[in-house]
Amino acid sequence: MSLLSIRGIGKHFGGLQVLEDVNIEVPGGAIFALIGPNGAGKTTVFNLVTGLIKPSSGSIAFEGRDLAGVPPHQITRLGIARTFQNIRIFPDMTLLENVMVGRHHLLNYGGLALLFATPAFREAERRSRERALELLSWVKLDHKADATADNLSYGEQRKLEFARALATEPKLLLLDEPVAGMNPSEKAVLMEEIRNIRDRGYGVFLIEHDMRFVMNLCDRVAVLNFGRIIAEGPPDEIRTHPDVIEAYLGRGDEAEVS
Amino acid sequence: MAAFADFWATYSTLVYSVGIHALLALSLWLTLSCGLLSLANAAFMGIGAYTAALLTLNLHWPFPAALLGGAVAPAVVALIIGAPTLRLSGVYLAMATLAFGEVTRILILNLQITGGPEGLNGIPLLTTGWHIVVILAVAGYGLARIRRSRLGRAFEAIREDEVAARLMGINVESHKLAAFTLGAVLAGVAGALNAHFTFFISPREYGFENAVDILTMTILGGTTSLIGPVLGATILTLLPELMRFLHAYRLAVNGLILVVVVLFLPTGLWDARRFRQLLKNRRARKGGQP
Ligand SMILES: Nc1ncnc2c1ncn2[C@@H]1O[C@H](COP(=O)(O)OP(=O)(O)O)[C@@H](O)[C@H]1O
Ligand SMILES: [Mg+2]
Repeated sequence: MSLLSIRGIGKHFGGLQVLEDVNIEVPGGAIFALIGPNGAGKTTVFNLVTGLIKPSSGSIAFEGRDLAGVPPHQITRLGIARTFQNIRIFPDMTLLENVMVGRHHLLNYGGLALLFATPAFREAERRSRERALELLSWVKLDHKADATADNLSYGEQRKLEFARALATEPKLLLLDEPVAGMNPSEKAVLMEEIRNIRDRGYGVFLIEHDMRFVMNLCDRVAVLNFGRIIAEGPPDEIRTHPDVIEAYLGRGDEAEVS
Repeated sequence: MAAFADFWATYSTLVYSVGIHALLALSLWLTLSCGLLSLANAAFMGIGAYTAALLTLNLHWPFPAALLGGAVAPAVVALIIGAPTLRLSGVYLAMATLAFGEVTRILILNLQITGGPEGLNGIPLLTTGWHIVVILAVAGYGLARIRRSRLGRAFEAIREDEVAARLMGINVESHKLAAFTLGAVLAGVAGALNAHFTFFISPREYGFENAVDILTMTILGGTTSLIGPVLGATILTLLPELMRFLHAYRLAVNGLILVVVVLFLPTGLWDARRFRQLLKNRRARKGGQP
């Protein structure tokens, strides 16, 4: 059984049909990519999966559970975390606090424990801080743990968002153009980290524009064009798929395919 | 000792006011910490004041129980009006809470039990300096604890990016309601304390001007730490005493302060982060170390 099942999803905003009969099965323990030209509807798929918007038709299931009517914060608690195409960190909070926010639902002490700073409270906070620092050191930002997030460079902010998403202990990680704006060496490092995550048994579902990045990294690829899935399969198949080549050629992006 | 007695005889009222205003500014600080621009706290203060005063006047409840009543009543009201109101954000929330404040004031003005426009007279003088000090200390401690917990982090996350906070597993609606209600509790307690040291309360004290007063204190002091609101409350309580001639223009002065702060000092007078930065720069200049 796949981790995430998207079945017959359609979505329109007013008169604008953005997605039409989209079917995607995202397996666990693998890296799955959704690619396609700008405006194809990729981010909309993530917004639907995370519950920020509701589909016009079709259904989405996570681990066999129908997500219809489940509010976004509950979807996160079920084990889906995401990053955003246009970064959304908490700019005035420190890096450590940013990541600790991700552990919100894992800290379940009550109001009295909080007020009296009971040993249970302090132990829970300490462990949460430790885990947050571990995640920060994993993305090599631990030396800035106490700086506020608005001090970070663009690439660093992406990495912080990545650590924050992992802090929710997801089973499936949604990454919306994770390497946009990164230089080649930063890209290589992040690629390695994404592989690491996969090897620990997480599912990774990523949106990417950079075709070379996708072909080297992913186990399976789906291609979205004008709101429809036009191809799905292992990277080698996708690379030579005539419809895909045409979709990208038609947009003058052929350099990216090779 | 005699000098202190003299000082206290002259200025105790002023010191009490500083404490109560500090409590009010902290109540709004809590609401603002979750990103909610609310103008309801003056009304919550009034609900707390009237509830507590009626409990001691008519039912002869002991003071602590009346204080508790003054905390619970505004909390119940906040829970009821919070659900529909808190869906609004920014200026729309400010307008809705302002309307709620006016409705509350008009209700107090026209009800029998609240004494109408004459207000309530002869409220027993039960508030002592110790009550204010202890309650202010407890409130400060509680808020400091909240800041350093999942609750405080959730409030701040919601203020900075509601969508991202939601996708971090935070139930945004229930946290907003919690911040709004806890703010109402603090404002209600401040009102109850105030009623039992001024002897007399009337609907005039809980209107739009007072809502702006509270907002000005909090914003002037700064919302980046708990010190800011206390500082702002102190300044804006002492300032009118020093400049009594400005009394008639109070609302205009408040408005001016708000505009100046928002334009030139957006983090308020007391900004812990800016102080740290200044300290760092000075140390760097002195020691030549990074
Ligand atoms: N909330 C929205 N309201 C209206 N139109 C939207 C909304 N979100 C996305 N769209 C439109 O849907 C189309 C697909 O957007 P998006 O999913 O962001 O594409 P991609 O991520 O593939 O570049 C675009 O034309 C965009 O303008
Ligand atoms: Mg997109």
